[in-house]
Amino acid sequence: MEQTGTSKNVLIIIPCYNEEGNIAKVLASLRSVSIPGVNIRALPVNDSSKDNTLLEIKKLTSVYINLPINLGIGGAVQAGYKYALKNNFDIAVQFDGDGQHPADYIARLIEPILNNESNVVIGSRFLDKQGFQSSALRRFGINYFKYLIKFMLGVTVTDSTSGFRALDKKTIRLVCDYYPDTYPEPEAIVIYTLNALKIKEIPVVMKDRESGQSSIGSFSSIYYMIKVTLGILFIYIRLKGNGKRSAL
Amino acid sequence: MENVVPYKIQLLSIVGSLLFMLFIFRLIVKGKLREEYSIVWIVCTLFLMVFAFWRNGLDIVAKLLGVYYAPALVFLGAIFAIIIFLVHLSVINSKLQKQMKDLAQEHALLKAELQKKDA
Repeated sequence: MEQTGTSKNVLIIIPCYNEEGNIAKVLASLRSVSIPGVNIRALPVNDSSKDNTLLEIKKLTSVYINLPINLGIGGAVQAGYKYALKNNFDIAVQFDGDGQHPADYIARLIEPILNNESNVVIGSRFLDKQGFQSSALRRFGINYFKYLIKFMLGVTVTDSTSGFRALDKKTIRLVCDYYPDTYPEPEAIVIYTLNALKIKEIPVVMKDRESGQSSIGSFSSIYYMIKVTLGILFIYIRLKGNGKRSAL
Repeated sequence: MENVVPYKIQLLSIVGSLLFMLFIFRLIVKGKLREEYSIVWIVCTLFLMVFAFWRNGLDIVAKLLGVYYAPALVFLGAIFAIIIFLVHLSVINSKLQKQMKDLAQEHALLKAELQKKDA
């Protein structure tokens, strides 16, 4: 990566809810990442976990955000984006605290932003179809979102629920204004597209989670699909009505 | 014309709506109910009072609207008012939730900043 001038600052936002068994490994994997010309800072966001996640985080780092009340994944990640904006980071990467996201892909994830090719980069499990592919029910849901988004926006995102993404400065500013609270990932794609941001997907290999619970139980998958569909539809109408400006 | 409202129930409605009005006023005075939310309740009570005193009122309004069974108008109005108020509460709830989220984030960010200064 040939960067002209000074090095870029990258913030890795790690939303954690009851991840006491995973967070140490996640932070260790991030510490081993080194990219020339890039300063990396990991920022765990404890979303009022009921277990000892906060204690674990405190043992490992002094840079973290501890939310006083549970806001859900969207609110936790947005807190991280607000931190990135406040502290003038160039790129923010969302990196799940459950150990599913591969730290060694971060270099590839931020590369299109460093080269000014795109504003948002999403790590997709389905481009190369390698690694953990999720359950059949979830894949069905992800395919459904793929067609829904393609039908409405004309763009194809193979893994719209992937939380492994990198945002550039312009996008960070946008999501600080508005970011959905629950199940934000597919809805965020609609926001990015309607704000004329360039989205790129790169293939990544993800693992199955090692311990703890996913934020989406299989029993609430139907609720997830309905909620996200409504969210996508309403954000689409709202942004179209606003003449494609910002989300609020 | 036969009255739809007999005397006993008229007395009951007058007393009932007066007590309700008193209850609302007490809540406002004690600071347990904000004025902006009390307006809707005061309007409702006034409506109740008007029809409690104006004996033929319900009958006349029902005939005017083409409602054959006058008491049904009472239920219709009441249910409509309740639904509107519930939507109103949902809107307030959504607003509160957003404000709470912003506050929680701001609070956490400030705490993180303090930590950085201490370190």
